[in-house]
Amino acid sequence: MTPILALDDVSKHFGPIEVLHGLSFALYPGEVHALIGENGAGKSTTMKILAGYQPASSGRITLDGAPVTFDTMRAAEEQGIVMIHQEFNLAELLTVEQNMFLGRELRRGPFLRRAEMQRQTRAQLARVECHADPRALVRELSNSDKQMLEIAKALSRDARVLIMDEPTAVLTNNETEILFQQVRALREQGTAVMFTSHKLDEVKAIADRVTIMRDGKVVFTGPAEGLSEQDMAEAMVGRELSDLYPVNPGTVPGEVVLRVQELDVPGHASDIGFELHRGEILGIAGLVGSGRTEAMEGLCGLRPATGAVEIEGESVTIRRPSDALDRGLCYLTEDRKTRGLLLDKSMRENVTLQALPRRAGVMIDRAGEERILDEAIRDFDIRGARGVRVGNLSGGNQQKLLLAKVMQSEPRILVTDEPTRGIDIGTKQQIYRFLRGLADQGTSVIVISSEMQELIGLCDRVLVMRLGRITGQLAGHDITERGIVRLAMGIAQDPDPQTDSKAGQGEATPASDILDSDRPT
Amino acid sequence: MTQTDTATAKPARRLPPMTVIGPVVALIALIIIGAMLNPNFLGYANLTNVLSRSAFIGIIAVGMTFVITAGGLDLSVGSMAAFIAGLMILVMNAALPVLGVGLPIIFLGVATALVAGVIAGLINGLLITKVGIEAFIVTLGTMGIYRSLVTWMADGGTLSLDFGLRTFYRPVYYDGILGISWPIIVFALCVIVGEIFLSRGVFGRHVAATGANAEVAHYSSVNTTRVRLATYVLLGLLVGVATIMYVPRLGSASQTTGILWELEAIAAVIIGGTYLKGGFGRVWGTVIGVLILSLIENILNLTDYVSPYLNGAVQGVMIILAVILQRGAKTGK
Repeated sequence: MTPILALDDVSKHFGPIEVLHGLSFALYPGEVHALIGENGAGKSTTMKILAGYQPASSGRITLDGAPVTFDTMRAAEEQGIVMIHQEFNLAELLTVEQNMFLGRELRRGPFLRRAEMQRQTRAQLARVECHADPRALVRELSNSDKQMLEIAKALSRDARVLIMDEPTAVLTNNETEILFQQVRALREQGTAVMFTSHKLDEVKAIADRVTIMRDGKVVFTGPAEGLSEQDMAEAMVGRELSDLYPVNPGTVPGEVVLRVQELDVPGHASDIGFELHRGEILGIAGLVGSGRTEAMEGLCGLRPATGAVEIEGESVTIRRPSDALDRGLCYLTEDRKTRGLLLDKSMRENVTLQALPRRAGVMIDRAGEERILDEAIRDFDIRGARGVRVGNLSGGNQQKLLLAKVMQSEPRILVTDEPTRGIDIGTKQQIYRFLRGLADQGTSVIVISSEMQELIGLCDRVLVMRLGRITGQLAGHDITERGIVRLAMGIAQDPDPQTDSKAGQGEATPASDILDSDRPT
Repeated sequence: MTQTDTATAKPARRLPPMTVIGPVVALIALIIIGAMLNPNFLGYANLTNVLSRSAFIGIIAVGMTFVITAGGLDLSVGSMAAFIAGLMILVMNAALPVLGVGLPIIFLGVATALVAGVIAGLINGLLITKVGIEAFIVTLGTMGIYRSLVTWMADGGTLSLDFGLRTFYRPVYYDGILGISWPIIVFALCVIVGEIFLSRGVFGRHVAATGANAEVAHYSSVNTTRVRLATYVLLGLLVGVATIMYVPRLGSASQTTGILWELEAIAAVIIGGTYLKGGFGRVWGTVIGVLILSLIENILNLTDYVSPYLNGAVQGVMIILAVILQRGAKTGK
């Protein structure tokens, strides 16, 4: 069987950094192909190259056996290759029909042929068994209907290859099942379907062929037949540790400084309970969307939450971020560009923003601010001209500035969310050293991360979240990628009995149970 | 003051010189043109007259600078001023039989104006921050409400302060110390305090941070709701102050009082270099904006080359030019 679309030794670099190394795999007609890998393994970039959104730096892409280059996504679309992005690409305030024909409306002279477009829309939707009214506003549709509309829209362009980036991330189990029925129908019709998912059970359920990526390389591509979820998880992970991470002195953690019980963040996380000790680095793992960020934001007063929180033995009520700060609890956001830094302002204004009311009172002491910035530049090794817009700093320097800013308020409990996202390895190492140093001096640190190596290398203990709940915790030598992946993905079978019970029970396990029975002794 | 501020604003925004000195250059050019066209232009009488008249808009524009810097907008200030003026006159006239002409009744009027201003600002601010309606819509609504209320209170005509009371209150507009009239003094005080708090105060920093990116401010433990609410209350308070200076001038209020003040105040803020989208503001710039707008009107009135009826057109050109300059500054990096 000849593949419709194939990558042959494709590489991609952004500037001097190569992110994809010699990828080769093929999509066949009438096959469902799953692309899996950890966050940052290069899945999205690979899909974008396949769909013509980004050019490959080297290597060949073949369509029906002949080499092609897609200069634009439109060129790819004309060849029948359509990609559906993770975020819906729909105009919410237009109707279903208007979205379906957006940019290629049927017309008679200057007038739209609305009746005809509605009829065709209804027919296209019927193909995917979606019963949304063509006249309904997209805003009013359910997520699954929106997903179906995206798919119907793709099919109406005679897609031969349908590429979907995490199509089930926003869908409920039922909706996922409906989607899969349609995917099976497409397979019958000879369409090649490729999708990514973090849910390995789904991959197992529907994929005919699986490609597994790790660190920008294909580590496996072949039939899904005979491949277990366990095999997939193991192939996705499995790198050795390096001295990227600071030495953990292995000191016994001090007294409990933070005790959280039954923390609920409506819509995102529920029944979150854990304890944090003085001088401890506690990791929180879980897939994007597992509610880990929202749970911590709820804890720090950044979004509405209920629950019992004790800091240093005292019961506290945290309604807004400044309440948390008063208690020495501070959150460092994962999103430095839209939540962390004022990109149009200078370093000086950014570095003092959080600590200003505490340090300054009513009036600002400019000279004092300059001194604080001097210290921050020295302590955190921030490179870049002093007066420059913060938006013009490199990602690594922005991250160090953000860390410096948060540290100005002298937190005793620091929650860092993806502290090393999108920064180079040297800066990563500096940040790891800094966090370990903080812990050694008695600050308690929580690290939320999607990078399992980071959690393993840095943390004393790791909590794993799935679907808004803590599904288990790992400590010391039990912190392994396999262990984390298993808990994060809710894979039931597990040779290790300690984590097994947690993963299996999930919802039924009360938080206190995890705290008591899983605490390392 | 001007010098220190440009110096400190520079490294922060990397403002190209034109946006810093542009309004200043325009103002100086206007003064030179005015002096050449009419020898009376730089006379004491003319300058006092221009400055006193621009004080009302100016005081309001200081508050508007805070609102706009925090990313907000207030269209209601003109009709709010008219409503407060009407309310003040009604309250003072009603209290006249009890209190008689004297300082107590003036204090009553002043208190009425300040309290009404704060409440009006609070209403705008709460609707915008707590209920979460767009500032444009809320203040468009309250603009209509206040305008209509003052018309209703005056029964379609004019509310006049009692004659004896007016004579007693008049000096607040027309007198002053050392030849500087009270409105100019109050305006100057508002500017100095406003400038210091916006550029040097923690509150001003939080206002700019909220306007630049409310999300970042929130994640930096800034109570953005309170900051935005405070800017509207401050503006309401300053509208009250402006009204206190305005009522003794004519001693009356009608449905045409304060018409288009909101647009003049917003225009002055923008000409002065504050970003309409928020995130960066400067009170001294707003003062220059106010002066530019008043001088254009004054020069057209004093000279015959351009009809004073074209005042609005010339002001309009200035506003658009100012925004083009700002955009050049933002994209020219």
